[in-house]
Amino acid sequence: MSTFKQHSVLPGFNLALGFTLLYLSLIVLIPLSAAFIHTAKLSWPEFWNTVTAPRVIASYRLTFGASLAAATVNAFFGLLVAWVLVRYPFPGKRLVDALIDLPFALPTSVAGITLTAIYTGNGWIGQYLEPMGIRIAFTPAGVFVALTFIGLPFVVRTVQPVLEEIEQELEEAAAMLGATRWQTFRHIIFPAVLPALATGFALAFARAIGEYGSVIFIAGNIPMISEITPLLIITKLEQYDYAGATAIATVMLVISFTLLLFINLLQWQARRHNTKV
Amino acid sequence: MSIEICHLSKQFGSFSALNNINLKINPGELLALLGPSGSGKTTLLRVIAGLEKADSGQVLFNRKDSTDKPIRDRQVGFVFQHYALFRNMTIFENVAFGLRVRPKKQRPDSREINRRVTGLLQLVQLDWLADRYPHQLSGGQRQRIALARALAVEPGILLLDEPFGALDAKVRKELRAWLRKLHEDMHMTSIFVTHDQDEALEVADRVVIMNRGCIEQVGTPGEVYEKPANPFVYEFLGHVNLFHGRVHQGHAWINGLKIDVPEHAGAEDLNAIAYVRPHDIEVNRISNGEPALAARVVHILAIGPVVRLELAGKDKESPDSIHAEISKERFRELQLARGDQVFIRPRRLDLFPDQAPDGLMH
Repeated sequence: MSTFKQHSVLPGFNLALGFTLLYLSLIVLIPLSAAFIHTAKLSWPEFWNTVTAPRVIASYRLTFGASLAAATVNAFFGLLVAWVLVRYPFPGKRLVDALIDLPFALPTSVAGITLTAIYTGNGWIGQYLEPMGIRIAFTPAGVFVALTFIGLPFVVRTVQPVLEEIEQELEEAAAMLGATRWQTFRHIIFPAVLPALATGFALAFARAIGEYGSVIFIAGNIPMISEITPLLIITKLEQYDYAGATAIATVMLVISFTLLLFINLLQWQARRHNTKV
Repeated sequence: MSIEICHLSKQFGSFSALNNINLKINPGELLALLGPSGSGKTTLLRVIAGLEKADSGQVLFNRKDSTDKPIRDRQVGFVFQHYALFRNMTIFENVAFGLRVRPKKQRPDSREINRRVTGLLQLVQLDWLADRYPHQLSGGQRQRIALARALAVEPGILLLDEPFGALDAKVRKELRAWLRKLHEDMHMTSIFVTHDQDEALEVADRVVIMNRGCIEQVGTPGEVYEKPANPFVYEFLGHVNLFHGRVHQGHAWINGLKIDVPEHAGAEDLNAIAYVRPHDIEVNRISNGEPALAARVVHILAIGPVVRLELAGKDKESPDSIHAEISKERFRELQLARGDQVFIRPRRLDLFPDQAPDGLMH
């Protein structure tokens, strides 16, 4: 233990570490381990049958697929929004900046109902899409739309401060060396924001996987087609199948944790040489 | 490459950063832009680089108008004060960047890039750092890499913005000498910005002294030091004593001291400022008959071959403190101690009369 300890003008390392571990245990680890313990009531074959039922597999596919797609779209457009907010002065900029946080603050069910109303066959946007044969509400596409909506602020808010910190000098130096604008972005700016972008992506992705409120309204929840995994868990709970619900939850947990760990490792790699000098 | 700057002006809002600047820079010259902060020296450098657009006026490279030439086509190397190295790239990749971003047709193959980058790293004596990242280098090393990177694209002009500004005194001194030597080897037209007069005088072939967006004086280090054009240059180059006095028909009265100034024979009872360098002040123990000012020794700094004295004038018109420099031998001869009374006389002074007669000043 003492090898980790570094001298500091602010004492209290032991206390702080102790508190951190206690807090993490109470808030995160104990509830999570309860999920595992509950799952243990099932035998292996029971567990396996529960978590690999076709309906459940379809829901994994939708949940992780739509989350990945939404997080990817958010990473791209979130970077763009952050870029515009950081680089260009325009009237109403503060208002736009404040709007970004709205998906954070809005109750998710409100977001879900609103999105559904807009995208149904007679909604504002739906009425134009429907004749073209594009249906958003009550399809997997609707799930994707809802997840994109709730994920945007994660990317913008993580990338924005990093973009603000990139010195103008670096871009000028690249230009003086003959780089085109695209080359400057590709080789100078993008590597600098990549770790933050990865964080934003991971946060948006994680949030999307766990999202429930906004999705169930717009998804239509048709089994095998537009049913997300969190909904299946709720359904099982309503049927008093606690062990089955926690079994699915455990699988989600393991997949989410693996993915997040992987993203964090990538990020750690990218950050290694990006230390500010 | 020669550079010519014609009637260049630039405003930032109501602040005039450059005010009708005219300047010619000869091929192969090492020029210093010297001035206090806000004097427009960095703006001028950035306009030459194309990083800033002037409101009016022209920049000519080799007598060709290049005012609106895109940055990429200017063939200018630029070294930033804070190095601006690319953090996500190794030192090698930083230096190679300018070659790698070239269009396919002009891009050297990887063996050629390798050869050139290694050559440049040897030139700045840091080839052993090729695989490191910028944050693993010291400030002086980073600045040398920044220079190597700027040279990699074989520019016709090298521009350096306060290149040693962020370094500590010892490294600064080393790099100054090193830059001077590098310039002698390469003979590339170079301009560097600095607010450090020693740096400008020591390194440059010619010094341009700027103030409030205007050029105050252009000359060799010797010229600007020996013959400052005006009071600003005198005070900016530093280390000078200032006396207030009057001048009338070739004679100046400074604190009661009458001094002949034949070059001001036409002056009719004007207020004047006189500048005397510390080493031009003669210090005596006793009045040897010649007119002299009485003063008291306040402080003695006897380190090195030159002894610096801080003196206080006896009569209340003289400046609060007068700085004098005498040789160690002279100091021993005089056997001065703090509190001693001495007599001082300027051996040489520069006098700047007010343009308007006294009566019109008020």
